[in-house]
Amino acid sequence: MNRRRAGLAIAPAPHVHGGTAVPWVMLHVVIALLPVCLFACYVFGLAALAILVVATLSCVLAERLCVRSGVSTLGDGSALVTGLIYGLTLPPALPLWMVAVGGGVAIVIGKCLFGGLGGNAFNPALVGRVFLQAAFPAAMTGCWLAPLTEGRFSALPATTLAWPLLAPVDGSYDILSGATPLGAWKFAGVDTPLVDLVLGFSAGSTGETSAVLLFVGGLYLVMMRVVEWRIPVALLGSVALVSAGLHLHDAARHPDVLTVLCSGGLMIGAWFMATDPVASPLTAAGAWTYGLAIGLLVVLIRAASGQPEGVMYAILLGNAVAPHIDRWLQPRPYGMRGRRR
Amino acid sequence: MWRRSAFAGGVTPAPHKAQTRGLPIRQFPFAPLLLVPLLQHAGRPALAVVREGDEVERGALLARADGELSVPVHAPAAGRVRRIALMPSLAGAMVEGIYLEPFAGATQEVRAGVGCKLDRASAVEIVDAIQDAGIVGLGGAAFPTHAKLRLAPGLRVRMLIVNGAECEPYLTTDYRVMIEQAADIVLGMRYLLKACAAEQAVLAVEDGAADAAAGVLDAMPAGVPLSVRTLPARYPQGAEKLLIKALLAAEVPAGGLPIDVGALCINVATVAEIGRLLPHGRGIVERVVTISGPAVRDPGNYRIPLGTPLRFALEQVGMHEALSRVFLGGPMMGQPLASLDVPITKGISGFVAFTPAEQGATAPMWPCIHCGRCVSACPVQLNPCQLGLLARHGEVDTMRERFHLDQCFECGCCAYVCPAHIPLVQEFRAAKAELRRASARSNDGGAR
Repeated sequence: MNRRRAGLAIAPAPHVHGGTAVPWVMLHVVIALLPVCLFACYVFGLAALAILVVATLSCVLAERLCVRSGVSTLGDGSALVTGLIYGLTLPPALPLWMVAVGGGVAIVIGKCLFGGLGGNAFNPALVGRVFLQAAFPAAMTGCWLAPLTEGRFSALPATTLAWPLLAPVDGSYDILSGATPLGAWKFAGVDTPLVDLVLGFSAGSTGETSAVLLFVGGLYLVMMRVVEWRIPVALLGSVALVSAGLHLHDAARHPDVLTVLCSGGLMIGAWFMATDPVASPLTAAGAWTYGLAIGLLVVLIRAASGQPEGVMYAILLGNAVAPHIDRWLQPRPYGMRGRRR
Repeated sequence: MWRRSAFAGGVTPAPHKAQTRGLPIRQFPFAPLLLVPLLQHAGRPALAVVREGDEVERGALLARADGELSVPVHAPAAGRVRRIALMPSLAGAMVEGIYLEPFAGATQEVRAGVGCKLDRASAVEIVDAIQDAGIVGLGGAAFPTHAKLRLAPGLRVRMLIVNGAECEPYLTTDYRVMIEQAADIVLGMRYLLKACAAEQAVLAVEDGAADAAAGVLDAMPAGVPLSVRTLPARYPQGAEKLLIKALLAAEVPAGGLPIDVGALCINVATVAEIGRLLPHGRGIVERVVTISGPAVRDPGNYRIPLGTPLRFALEQVGMHEALSRVFLGGPMMGQPLASLDVPITKGISGFVAFTPAEQGATAPMWPCIHCGRCVSACPVQLNPCQLGLLARHGEVDTMRERFHLDQCFECGCCAYVCPAHIPLVQEFRAAKAELRRASARSNDGGAR
């Protein structure tokens, strides 16, 4: 009895916990992405594998170096997730040194300078990618690989192992490229078969091609309650509605809805990047607004800008307004109907 | 089968009720010394009417009500008043109380007074009898029941809600009382219907207690306007405001009372006690308490004399050596105990004892990832994420003025769901305490 008297632990309620934890959340994202990664390696071969490995390692290493010694934040798994998503958004033949630089930027500027996990205003993976887009526009728009090429498991593309800051062999970008479906449509009026877009046998960023695998991964995250389902639903829904209208208006300039939904970075963006909890709104109403806004921006950029793809910019702009959406759309507390806040 | 929750937000913790719900209520013996605080309810402490050395019967008046918002205290056992002095309380401070030493061989017989007969008593007499019996809300709040029934002029009760929604894990007192005291509940409900002139009464229970509610309905004579509503199990459904939302789809206005939407909410064990005591003019001297949890050898529901020290109660049911944590009430809102020397009072519906295995003691904390789980879980639609951020920056005034901290009733859902394991509700409690201190300081300044 004496031992007990001394040993009562005092802690305030609640005395039980639902059991979720931040690493658990991150683990589910990794699980949802695994089929996408495997498929990317199958379609683009060693190049995709190298990109994913370098992207992940550079992010993890940058996080390790950024945080003061004696503290490790790697255990939360967020650097791993950022690295994987970042790698999946890159063109598969991108020089690996650029991949590493962008990974460092993603973590250091995109996350650690904001205070680390939970502090970042923008999705870190997209910060890395937008940096590369600005710094190496030629490589970022030229290093595409045609799907399922011969010898993809035995050799790397010449650009992959290019030396830092030395331009790769002249014209090698063009030799490599199968143009992406959106680029082919916008600049050459070429239509990619829908079945290839859905399954993912088309040129594009390492992990963006297979609409069906990304969709399944996203559904898994929704079912595990890891992501807010309203964001992809609002985003894809608004893209589909507006695209349908545009297609009806002028079918020669605007592709049909399914092509729009299954091409480019829309699926990976809608399920895996716009849903980044840190940079998206808190409330249900906020999630609808945010998804809708990103969807409209995607259509606007794709249809009216000089670029074939706009998902990246649309999500970053959405991230920028997310805190304001939170401020405008606070929940209405119980018993306060009709009162001024 | 999945059913939609009847109110927004909330969580569904593992119920852990199977250990105790099937066991009949067992009577407790008297402890060698009972500690009877004069304040066991919300309101003013009772005034002692006995002196040290007095000998009292079981059920005799020990202290009388001090004004409107107060109830009397009755002797939980036949015995001798040892001392009237300070004693330890749940809140930590020492409080005034009566040390009562039961006679050796004292029986459980309770002294009867002048009964309040249902068919002859007027509404006012019933309400007075409820106060004289010392009855308070037995669900946990311990608010004097008669005070709820004395309505301001112009207010009418449209629905009497008998609250059997025992949403906290482990607790099964309301369930057992419904199973074993259906007749008392029926009688108590008829007293209450007469006292408040309600148009109808509804007994609200959660899925797991549908059988108990059906038993109460069967015992109800024809012509009494009672219905039963079985709600999908969801914590914190038993909270008055949420139960009203679930049943009436109406919200109690902020700062208002259930009567503002025509509802009066009374816990089912309280109703049973009214039915048990009023016909005989007795006072409340004991209550049913669930003692459960992994550190308890013999979990169950026990009828325990008020004033029984917790240590004695735990010795009766047997504790595992590994006992590490005891709290009053359920694991979601239960108050932690620093000492086992406090007495069981009217508002205690159960206590749960944990071993270190349940604690997850050194679970690490991560940064907030803004996932919004707390916002979805908050049953009163606050923004715990933002409130937590403000709390960690010491912005307590903003928390109250712009984010409605006062509306938080500390149900703990936010902390329960937080994947970053941030102690949100704990931070809110601390912020409220700071606001109280600040307001006390400014009041002092004004007085000088």
